[in-house]
Amino acid sequence: MSNKAMAKTLNIDFMGKRRWAAILSGSVLVVALLSMLLRGFDFGLDFTGGTVIEVGYQNPAELSEVTAALEAGGFVGATVQHFGSRQDVLIRLAPDADEDEGTSAQLSDRVFQALSTAAAEEVELRRVEFVGPQVGEELREQGGLAMLFSLIGILVYVALRFEWRFAVGSVVALVHDVIVVLGIFSLLQINFDLTVLAAVLAVIGYSLNDTIVVFDRVRENFRRMRKGTVIEIINASINQTLSRTVVTSCTTLLVLIALYVLGGEVISGFSLALIIGVVIGTYSSIYVATASVVWLGLSKTDLLPPEKEGAGADVRP
Amino acid sequence: MNRYPLWKNLLILGVVLFGLVLAMPNLFSQDPSIEISPARGVEVTAASVDEVRAVLDNAGVPYKDVELSEDGRLLARFALSGEQLRGQEVIERTLAERYRTALTLSADLPGWMRALGLNPMSLGLDLRGGIHVVIDVDMESALDQALERYVSDIRAQLREHKIRYLTVLREGSEILVKFKDEETRDAADKLLGREFRALELTNSERGGTYLIQVALLPAEQEQIKDFALKQNITTLRNRVNALGVAEPSIARQGERRIVVQLPGAQDPGRLKDILGATATLEYRLVDTEHSVADAVSGRVPVGSRLYRDRDGVPILLKRRVIVTGDQITDASAGFDSQSGTPAVFVNLDGQGARRMRNVTTENVGKPMAVVFIENRTTTELVDGEPVKHTQKVEEVISVATIREPFGRRFQTTGLDSSEEAHNTALLLRSGALAAPIQIVEERTIGPSLGQDNIDQGFRSVMIGLGLVALFMALYYRVFGLVADLVLVVNLVMMVAVLSLLQATLTLPGIAGIVLTVGMAVDANVLIFERIREEIRNGSSPQASIRAGYDKALSTIVDANVTTLIAAVVLFSFGTGPVKGFAVTLFIGIVTSMFTAILGSRAVINLIYGRRNVKKLAI
Repeated sequence: MSNKAMAKTLNIDFMGKRRWAAILSGSVLVVALLSMLLRGFDFGLDFTGGTVIEVGYQNPAELSEVTAALEAGGFVGATVQHFGSRQDVLIRLAPDADEDEGTSAQLSDRVFQALSTAAAEEVELRRVEFVGPQVGEELREQGGLAMLFSLIGILVYVALRFEWRFAVGSVVALVHDVIVVLGIFSLLQINFDLTVLAAVLAVIGYSLNDTIVVFDRVRENFRRMRKGTVIEIINASINQTLSRTVVTSCTTLLVLIALYVLGGEVISGFSLALIIGVVIGTYSSIYVATASVVWLGLSKTDLLPPEKEGAGADVRP
Repeated sequence: MNRYPLWKNLLILGVVLFGLVLAMPNLFSQDPSIEISPARGVEVTAASVDEVRAVLDNAGVPYKDVELSEDGRLLARFALSGEQLRGQEVIERTLAERYRTALTLSADLPGWMRALGLNPMSLGLDLRGGIHVVIDVDMESALDQALERYVSDIRAQLREHKIRYLTVLREGSEILVKFKDEETRDAADKLLGREFRALELTNSERGGTYLIQVALLPAEQEQIKDFALKQNITTLRNRVNALGVAEPSIARQGERRIVVQLPGAQDPGRLKDILGATATLEYRLVDTEHSVADAVSGRVPVGSRLYRDRDGVPILLKRRVIVTGDQITDASAGFDSQSGTPAVFVNLDGQGARRMRNVTTENVGKPMAVVFIENRTTTELVDGEPVKHTQKVEEVISVATIREPFGRRFQTTGLDSSEEAHNTALLLRSGALAAPIQIVEERTIGPSLGQDNIDQGFRSVMIGLGLVALFMALYYRVFGLVADLVLVVNLVMMVAVLSLLQATLTLPGIAGIVLTVGMAVDANVLIFERIREEIRNGSSPQASIRAGYDKALSTIVDANVTTLIAAVVLFSFGTGPVKGFAVTLFIGIVTSMFTAILGSRAVINLIYGRRNVKKLAI
């Protein structure tokens, strides 16, 4: 019962603090963009090309020994790290400019042979991934295009279903979310691979979901509430949808945390990107998307149905 | 009162039951198995089952079952993949003469499920282990080869028609033909325009010499590229079949790539050997004077050799080679202009043409055969050192009767279908004209990592589901429990749709399932919050339920459509892992709209709809 009482009395002046939020968002965006420009990304194999080999030892493996075994086999400059557990070792080799791609593809076989000869125990080849440099370039390109096209698709849909200010507001919020998630990956130099890209696109979907719910309520209230300023109506709408926003974010975060903790190393980047994205997306649907609509000068007449259709006009199939 | 009409309840129940049945095969374990298919001329019978059992028993390899499948094969099931590998070794060692083996996974389904054609979800390579390779076909050199071919063809044509030219040479993506005077040039232009429809000819004059600039028409370029890709796919398919993988997939990706997927395969080295195989072919006369039966029993006449065709039928050919693959300049499939039946058109170079004319003039009415020869290299580990073996595979791919003498250009008719004509043309070209290929992407997943991925994925789905269910039950009480019920149903429906479509489930796909579990409750949250609001505004319980569902609907649709847009974009731009995620996300959103809106309403109507309720447990 306590939560009901709480929800009833909630009347937070969200829009009153929109200037502070703008300053916060602005500075986070600047930091994120600066980091992307200056530090760049720790791009994964998918985008850079190269070879990744994951091997499993029966006993905890010493990284220095693995590196020594690799160097003995003539592989200098490989990155060696534990992956998930101390028995698992991940070896990353940069794409070799001298060799043509045919021989790079054979590289993994030779590396595995070098490790097997050096180790006293049996080594298990768990995973080999080789991506040629030109494929890496294409994947980067496709990723950018995918992001662009989903933003355009969303812009069109929201503009059709609502109004252009809402479309612009939601896309501004989505761009904001994408930049912040990418910025955090750049700032902390977390490995950025194809699955993270998929997660960023899923963030777009999720964050939009949140924004649409708020917008929907704003539209409904504009048509229903005769009294009150634009700011008041928007504040009321956000307050009315707040408990839903919090509950959905919580359930989504719960599964994402389960995925992050239990899902294994391969998709940890994916879950992390989504966790960040869900938090940011919740914030941005209020302070970026809705605030943008206010700044764009939404007035009460903008959302009134074009003709007199009565109260049922807002319930669409 | 909130009641669904009976038909609506029954419809929902029907869909859910249908989903349950479709999802059911996934409850059965997927056994590591060996698919045993008979060699040519061997039939699988009940006796073969006993034979395989005996072999496994003798070697002390534990197995679950050996059974006869409908398609005339045997399937041996094992509990562990280690036993499966040992089993394959034993069978290969003792029964290789008559059977071929391939590793596979197969669900241990009861008969009625198999009869209904039900299947479990198909697992991606990252979940079941295997090799994924992307191969790039070098289109530039395919075009280069084509131009080189035209250079010699143009020379031959001009010479044949006694048109004097200065030079024929290649310059970048063009061929330049130079002449001393305008007249000769115009005569050549007429001839070439008639002979080579696929070329674009431009006349010009430069410093006293008269030129024809020759370029490939865009359509011809497309055709060359298309052919190069198809030809590589055909030869790859032939070679990959030799690898002993149950469901190899070789597919075209975009304009110049080929994706090869070998589920269960563990040795990328062997695949690379196979990709590196070279092929050639030889035209030989058929030996019609001697008996094939004699040759099969060991008395091969001097000057002849015994070959086999694709179906294993023996055929006796003369030892003398007429023409080899590198003398073929082009081969294409088409239709005979007179009879309209499928035909293969072959072009030879000058030297080949002369030999061919001599031999065919002497042998009109006699059959001639084409032998396809492939050199496969296999690498084996001997005492820890890789040792390469080269194996020569020879097959007769076509036999035809010489109707009249021919030389540079000829056609082979009497093929069964245009499909066969097409394949023969591809094989003929691969003799010398194969566009070079290289591996641009490789992903190999070991079986243990695949299993780990399944386990981790399964665990995260279950724990995520549990946490969400607990949260919802605590927060929304009875309504929360209803949401939990439809959430589980949603999971079943997702599995059902994935099984039905046989869409490949990957690890990112599981992540998509987990994410939709979190997001699927959103629709219910929206509805329940609305109901609470209505109650706060003083509406009656029944009216609140109705208004809650009605008012939340447009919001839910809007929110989900936008996520669907993102999923569709992900699917169309993504490759491999991203696609898998997009598929489950898409399916999850669609099924959740059904379960969260219609399903939950039906249950809530059943609980509250008929009574005169004072208060809702929400």
